[in-house]
Amino acid sequence: MTDFTQSYTAPRRSFGQLALRWLLFTLLGLFALFYLMPLFVMVTTSLKSLEEIRTGSLVALPRDVTFEAWSTAWSGTCTGVKCEGLRPYFWNSVLMTVPAVFLATLLGAVNGYVIAQWRFKGANLIFAMMLFGCFIPFQVVLLPMARSLGILGLAGSIPGLIFVHVIYGIGFTTLFFRNYYVTIPAELTKAAKVDGAGFFRIFWSIFLPLSLPIVVVTVIWQFTNIWNDFLFGVSFSQAGTQPVTVALNNIVNSTTGVKEYNVDMAAAIIAALPTLLVYVVAGKYFIRGLTAGSVKG
Amino acid sequence: MTEWLERHVPKMVLAPSFVAVLIFVYGFIIWTGWVSLTRSKLMPKYEIKGVIQYERLFASPRWDTAMDNLFIFGGLFIGISLILGLFLAILLDQKIRAEGVLRTIYLYPMALSMIVTGTAWKWIMNPGLGIEATVRNWGFESFTFNWITDPKMAIYAVVIAAVWQASGFVMALFLAGLRSVDEEIIKAAQVDGIPTWRIYSAIIIPSMAPIFLSAFIVLAHLAIKSFDLVIALTGGGPGYATDLPATYMYAMAFSRGDIGQAASSAMVMMGVVFTIVVPYLYSELRAKHD
Repeated sequence: MTDFTQSYTAPRRSFGQLALRWLLFTLLGLFALFYLMPLFVMVTTSLKSLEEIRTGSLVALPRDVTFEAWSTAWSGTCTGVKCEGLRPYFWNSVLMTVPAVFLATLLGAVNGYVIAQWRFKGANLIFAMMLFGCFIPFQVVLLPMARSLGILGLAGSIPGLIFVHVIYGIGFTTLFFRNYYVTIPAELTKAAKVDGAGFFRIFWSIFLPLSLPIVVVTVIWQFTNIWNDFLFGVSFSQAGTQPVTVALNNIVNSTTGVKEYNVDMAAAIIAALPTLLVYVVAGKYFIRGLTAGSVKG
Repeated sequence: MTEWLERHVPKMVLAPSFVAVLIFVYGFIIWTGWVSLTRSKLMPKYEIKGVIQYERLFASPRWDTAMDNLFIFGGLFIGISLILGLFLAILLDQKIRAEGVLRTIYLYPMALSMIVTGTAWKWIMNPGLGIEATVRNWGFESFTFNWITDPKMAIYAVVIAAVWQASGFVMALFLAGLRSVDEEIIKAAQVDGIPTWRIYSAIIIPSMAPIFLSAFIVLAHLAIKSFDLVIALTGGGPGYATDLPATYMYAMAFSRGDIGQAASSAMVMMGVVFTIVVPYLYSELRAKHD
């Protein structure tokens, strides 16, 4: 009986389902447009001439594609007094990010290995204290850090920025590696110890080879965070050592001269390109970092 | 000797990081807390004078605006991101063929610097050349969208950009949560003829309470630390209309030369973060132990 009525109503339901399906796709498409719109506007604006920007529409495709704004943004636009474009600052960011990511990841791996596999009394307390450090609003360390960098002779320098990013990156990287290594059975370490392998030997020959996924997640996470950082960059750099985010902000919010929106947009895309590229290539690991990071904030 | 070394090597390896955290996190917090109780101006002084900086802080109309903005911005940003993120996750959970592509599109803003996001939205919301001008060109002459230059509305412009940036991340969290709900329960409910929306509202969503909590914590944390986005989008303006505690602190520390105010505002920010985060962190670590 129930079978009968069900097969009877089936066609009507599938029509409703079809309509729902269309609604679903429309909504998904509209949201996709919402997320893509700023990127689209940035790219098209960067390819227009200033004249076309003033007369045309925000969402229109460029009539005459020109890459002039891109070359100005890269090597000609002014940040403050100097007019050498974003290029030197882009390299500052590279010089800052690469060592900072490497060191923070290395320290995180070793720390995570100790906390997960070589437990000693107080190890958990230490871990909790490191984790806690991930949550502090960095405003609370800005003033003493500015003074300490001065004392260490690192004020306004790229090594100073590397130092800051490593220090405040340790909490995250340790968390990532600890959570990964804790899933590896302790018997493995025990057996290796019985065989006479030492602390570093076990790390080097057993744990490191197993670590590729978590290394990728950590590197991507650190790279994105450090490249995109603005607060430390603006607080601890000086003219000439600023990272690209700070230079971008100086370009966009400078009040002198004619506002070159196309150059602003090209500069913004240049500053975003490295992290965007990482996201497109390794999005899976980026998401994993985000969701792992959500435990810590 | 070697045996002693072997036994203590793990501690020695962990020690530098631990010392660094002790000094640069805990030591620095104490330093800032100490200085917040002094009359430091351009240079820090270490003679404790009581809570005068906090009195000045809470008497300051600019700080008042910053805290009001934090609650408006934080409330809307968290609320809208949670709702939008959950909504998108449910839409994407309907066995869509293009799910991978859509997910990538929804989430990419999270990979951008907030300075980039601010730059893009500042241009889009520019009254003279952005959306306003475009819609007017389409023939709607009286259309206005000048939030970014309107002191009353500017903070909502910041909310739009922030939601654009972070909602995809909330979506990813919820989508992972939806996927981890036990298939058997859902199948059983479907067999019983329970309509899909009831399955979501009565079974799936309640089972994702922990994800709501993590998403809330992350978003709240982002909101309190929000600095870059405001700097790039509005510079805290018009006037002080979009000041947040983070921009107030920065202005006091680096342009006003008022270290006492900078330190006390940073301590208040930390207080706000901790009232939200510490209970969460505590329960997280607890749960891991059991």
